[in-house]
Amino acid sequence: MTRGGRARRALQWVAVHAVAVALAVMFLAPPAFMLLTAVMSDRQALSGDLWPDGWHLANFADVFSGDMVRWTVNSTVYAALSTVFMLVSSVPVAYALARFRFRGRNAAFVVVIAAMMLPPQVTMVPLYIVWARLGLTGTLWPLIIPQLFGDAFSIFLLRQFLVTIPREYADAARVDGCGELRTMLRVVLPMAKPALAAVALFQFFYCWNDYFRPLVYADPDHWTLAIGVATFRAAHHVEWNLTMAATLLTILPVLVVFMLAQRVFIQGVTLTGVKG
Amino acid sequence: MAPGSLRLPLPGARTGTAAARARRRRRLRVLAFLSPWLAGFGLFFAYPLAATVYFSFTRYDLFSLEFTGLDNYAYLLHDREAWTAMRNTLWLVAVLVPLRVLFGLGVAQLLTRIRRGGNLLRAVLYLPYLIPPVSATVAFVFLLNPGTGPFPALAERLGFTLPDFFNDAAWAKPGLTLLALWAVGDVMIIMLAALLNVPASLYEAAAIDGAGAWSRFRHITLPSISPVLAFSAVTGVIEALQYFTQPMVAGKVASGRADLPGTQYAPGYPDGSTLTFPQWLYDQGFRQFNMGYACVLALVMFATAMLFTLVLLRRFRAFSGEEAR
Repeated sequence: MTRGGRARRALQWVAVHAVAVALAVMFLAPPAFMLLTAVMSDRQALSGDLWPDGWHLANFADVFSGDMVRWTVNSTVYAALSTVFMLVSSVPVAYALARFRFRGRNAAFVVVIAAMMLPPQVTMVPLYIVWARLGLTGTLWPLIIPQLFGDAFSIFLLRQFLVTIPREYADAARVDGCGELRTMLRVVLPMAKPALAAVALFQFFYCWNDYFRPLVYADPDHWTLAIGVATFRAAHHVEWNLTMAATLLTILPVLVVFMLAQRVFIQGVTLTGVKG
Repeated sequence: MAPGSLRLPLPGARTGTAAARARRRRRLRVLAFLSPWLAGFGLFFAYPLAATVYFSFTRYDLFSLEFTGLDNYAYLLHDREAWTAMRNTLWLVAVLVPLRVLFGLGVAQLLTRIRRGGNLLRAVLYLPYLIPPVSATVAFVFLLNPGTGPFPALAERLGFTLPDFFNDAAWAKPGLTLLALWAVGDVMIIMLAALLNVPASLYEAAAIDGAGAWSRFRHITLPSISPVLAFSAVTGVIEALQYFTQPMVAGKVASGRADLPGTQYAPGYPDGSTLTFPQWLYDQGFRQFNMGYACVLALVMFATAMLFTLVLLRRFRAFSGEEAR
């Protein structure tokens, strides 16, 4: 390589890494300032100071003096039940779309994709009316019960994964006398663990983060963390330190789960985009 | 899919042969596996879609229903808030979506050039996407808030002034754009996977032919990743049409008003600049209980989503010369 070429490469290396470092600093600044504000005193949090005078760790405990515990319980129940219901109903549908041959299979798949693209607002009014007649508005059941009827996004993602599992395994199980249900539960699903984990995580995070639907249905007794945190500032008269402590606490469970299941999660995101 | 296309056995056609019985068993099995979704399709897709169309011709507040024909549609033409919401949503589609795709692609391209520390950098850039949108929005309103927030304070020490992002009608949407660019992790990961899938041999061949960096990007990278670009554009547009949480929370937190019992809240603070179409639908349907009119707004959303999806898919198919989805 010529000397000019080498110099240019070195310059490029420096430029690329300078941009990378700048980006990293910009992306980390918001959470860093959130953390610093969360440990400030009430007065200092209103001052525009950048560095806390003391470490008021009690702020994190103070957050829990209000309704935070109830919101957390509501969010957890909503997300956990939704995820379990979604898995029970969506897995067999995805399995049938991936492995059975029947007339109308392609049409069924197209409708799943259409249901995925449909903005939830389009069906919201008639569904609200139905739940209101059933006397279930005010609770989170209108968000949880529909998960027993399959979730389009999860069906799509699982189907994309299940078609990649070679048919020979299922055929061998059938020769050994397994019924279709046993084949699915004992042979195919164990091989699909990463995909199952990915859709479960997506569903859990989606519900944990969901703001629109709990806002429409839940009364203050059934508020989730998302609604609670959005009202936090008004309820606490601009105590920004407590507000930042509360927002950090909503991030914590998501972060822990992500650390534990990072590979599965990224695989899932990639699968939706690349094989879509 | 219509359930009839599964060819259900006719009631009278009970044949005794083993082959026919096996076929019937197979059909029942398919039905059994699909049953949750077939029921769900009817209950949560077909019925409400038809009901939305029906309610759009009525005045309905959960207590009294009155058939009013096209009145709701006529009202839409004079509804200033609806037009404001439409303009804001189109702004998001025109500015926020392309910026997110381009920025995601740029960051992914950068990541392919970094060997040591690449994984760490990827995690750092992905982190904001994991933060619940409500929390991220509350945080951004505070962080950018003049007088109390650290970013304006930092800017002042460096000798310049930041705009009053979420309290100034001219800067509220750019503020939301900053938030969306910060949470670009999903686009970045998809783009990175696509870039890493481009065969290295193509680049080597082009380098031998003397193609420059731009030429390689234009003639190899872009065509190879165009299905993923199309996917990101379409999902981005659909997300922009549904954009609700961030503008709603930003407006509430910045104005200091929330869902607390007894507080009045006008969506779109400041001055309607963050009023998006789904927010207006929410306000009409679930706060004012104008259910019929909310259905008209829902149908407008539906039509717009379909239109954008079809147009984008067609454009990208022509561009890549293959089916892109």
